[in-house]
Amino acid sequence: MGSYSGWIMHLLFLVLVYLIAVLVVAAGGVYISRQRRSRLSTSSKKVMPAPPGTLTARGGEDEKAASVVTEQAPVDNLASVVSSDVEEREPPKSLSAGLSKTRGVIGAALSRMKLRGGLSEEFWSELEETLILGDIGLEISRDLVSKTRDAFRQTGLNSSVEAIDLLRRQMLADLEGKERSLTLFGEAPNLVLLVGVNGVGKTTTIGKLANYLTSRGSSVILAAGDTFRAAASEQLEQWANAANVEIVKGSSGGDPASVIFDAASRAKAIGADVVIADTAGRLQTSSNLMGELAKIHRVAQKAPGTLSEVLLVVDATTGQNGLSQAKSFSQAAQTTGVVLTKLDGSAKGGIAFAIERELGIPIKFVGTGEKMGDLVPFDPATFVDEICG
Amino acid sequence: MFDGLGNRLDSVLTRIKGKSRLSPADVDEALVEIRAALLEADVALSVTNNFVERIRSVAVGVAASRSLTPGQQIVKAVDAELVRVLGGESLKISYASKPPTIFLLAGLQGAGKTTTAAKLALHFRRNGRSPLLVAADLQRPAAVEQLRTLGERASVPVFSQPTDPVSVAKAGIDEARRVGRDIVIIDTAGRLAIDESLMAEISSISNAVQPNYTFLVIDAMIGQDAVNTAKAFNETLSLDGVIMTKLDGDARGGAALSVKEVVGKPIAFGSTGEKLEDFDTFYPERMASRILGMGDVLTLIEQAERTLDEEVTKKGASRMMEGRFDLDDFLEQLRQVKKMGPLKGIMGMLPGVPKELKDVDIDDKEINRIEAIISSMTIDERRNPKLIDGSRRQRIASGSGVQSHQVTGLLKQFTEMQKVMKQMGIGPASATRRHKAKSNARKGRRNKR
Repeated sequence: MGSYSGWIMHLLFLVLVYLIAVLVVAAGGVYISRQRRSRLSTSSKKVMPAPPGTLTARGGEDEKAASVVTEQAPVDNLASVVSSDVEEREPPKSLSAGLSKTRGVIGAALSRMKLRGGLSEEFWSELEETLILGDIGLEISRDLVSKTRDAFRQTGLNSSVEAIDLLRRQMLADLEGKERSLTLFGEAPNLVLLVGVNGVGKTTTIGKLANYLTSRGSSVILAAGDTFRAAASEQLEQWANAANVEIVKGSSGGDPASVIFDAASRAKAIGADVVIADTAGRLQTSSNLMGELAKIHRVAQKAPGTLSEVLLVVDATTGQNGLSQAKSFSQAAQTTGVVLTKLDGSAKGGIAFAIERELGIPIKFVGTGEKMGDLVPFDPATFVDEICG
Repeated sequence: MFDGLGNRLDSVLTRIKGKSRLSPADVDEALVEIRAALLEADVALSVTNNFVERIRSVAVGVAASRSLTPGQQIVKAVDAELVRVLGGESLKISYASKPPTIFLLAGLQGAGKTTTAAKLALHFRRNGRSPLLVAADLQRPAAVEQLRTLGERASVPVFSQPTDPVSVAKAGIDEARRVGRDIVIIDTAGRLAIDESLMAEISSISNAVQPNYTFLVIDAMIGQDAVNTAKAFNETLSLDGVIMTKLDGDARGGAALSVKEVVGKPIAFGSTGEKLEDFDTFYPERMASRILGMGDVLTLIEQAERTLDEEVTKKGASRMMEGRFDLDDFLEQLRQVKKMGPLKGIMGMLPGVPKELKDVDIDDKEINRIEAIISSMTIDERRNPKLIDGSRRQRIASGSGVQSHQVTGLLKQFTEMQKVMKQMGIGPASATRRHKAKSNARKGRRNKR
């Protein structure tokens, strides 16, 4: 324990010093510059945004201390981690370095130039832009297109249709070999926990999932684990009624973990197969709420039966923040799958592809509407076709 | 997760720093990075491409100016342009001469309309108005109950009836007139922009009540689809403004730029937390730095100003400048920092903090421990830690309930920190040209004072 807590202390200290330095400098700087300004009897009180890169360079004196902070980081071994991270961010090596530079708008002049393969530079950047528009993310889009391009050259194909087909296969290969059905084979009751940020559709998904499982012969109990949001348990109760399943509720503002534990006990007692548990939406940046989720997860593991699935619900309109969501939620609650909701809109949900590719969390279901039956198992081929437009 | 634009440009431009001026190819490379930063922040592709084209001439100008810090200059230009686009006219609510003033909220499912309605109501109530909330979301199960609960929390009455959305909205206005409420906020069901029947429905709500203000509520985490959504809602409803929600997360919020560009109307409010009070006017400057990944320094400073004691902070600053920052000062500042809330939140707002540091799970209890250790020292010990020998260390450890090696650890850390600060007090240890130039300028200024 000694060396561990020593390390924590070391880190904590670094963080603290950093903070204090910045705060003292930032706040002190404002006061000082204000004083100076009032001495000069200028009325403007507006604080200009800091020039980026330098930490909090406003006023005069604080610049020096700002550089104190900048140069403090190397004291710690974290610095090496940081610098290696920067090195990794080299642009992807595709074609020649010269060409990769001219991608996108930059290469407007060059883009009409026909390549030997027969497809224009413009075609490839349009392909990349199609992926970006699907919210797959810049880096993955670049990588997919560059791989497709390499494969295209090697195979000696020459039509754009074939190129797009290659891209499709490239993407399907990334989605291959994953277990996409719910694994509800543990000692009953099997507990399915739904987690995610606010407003992604957790409660609605639970209603639909309950229907999905009961229509396949499972007996299901719902746990109203969102004790925070106003009327969340009423909302779930209406779904429970519609799906004709039992619901276990706690008091508003009560302990979500114990609601879930109670539901599992109840399921055990009456011999139900599956407990689907709701949790309150939480932003992954809230350490308190993520701590609460970790606790819910621990309790769910100890509850009667088996914690079989932790499903992260992701809204198809979500942009690049989805990756941060997936990372944090996996850390707190070991997510086993993704449910991609609201795929009936104009958003393509490419962020789920990014999540599966980067973090290996398989997409298991997609939500396609507000009705009971609007939840279907994920089908990679349809999904990829949609994204490739 | 993603590098801020500052870091990105620096890493591109340091490679070419040696050159006396930037070549057109260098400018292109910088523009590629700007484009990447915007796309990673979820700014819509078309908006990004237009934006980058507008920045091109600035970048060329910077290249021609032989600046020593081209990266910084370009970032500044990008930032300024972002603020310009995001800002523009701010929305000034003018109340209807014949009350009530009617607000209609629309948006996708899960954007946060119901919560926003209650927050907006509270906002108006606090400004001396008497709002009425109208629950016209009859679609989502328990949406009306949710608004009722939130209305109760905001001490604002909620009107609803189980008819249909258009009738509820109309009846709500009548009710407001009857009981003399001067603001009506209508919450509507979430709908997809491509759902024609639901878009027709909200259009008829709008026609029926003739709102003074129609706001699109949009989630800060939304990706490329933001433009489609904003366009469709604007065409159906002719929006007056936008409210961004969930700004307390770590999404870069590029959608703000996309929506502003498409709708051309101000982003009126921003929602920054789950509490009803977490609702504020929208600040374009902050959004700009956020999109560029430069931290939300202004919010941090505001928070610091609200919670920190000016005298104490000033003292700390001057002690630090003089290189005489001792454990007593440290303790004092530590207590100040604690007042600002959990460390993790503060860290998130700081610019230039390495990602690895931001990800560290900081237990605020550790801070209490550090505080306890220093509190168990005498004033003399805090000023001169060298006094602390074995028996003193034992006393401090038992006084603060820790092991004595933890006391040693803390002292070692502090000495290291002092060393670094002392170095800085005399002059930058490993100054780049840029830093040196700055510090020289500063010395000059200081001599004058």
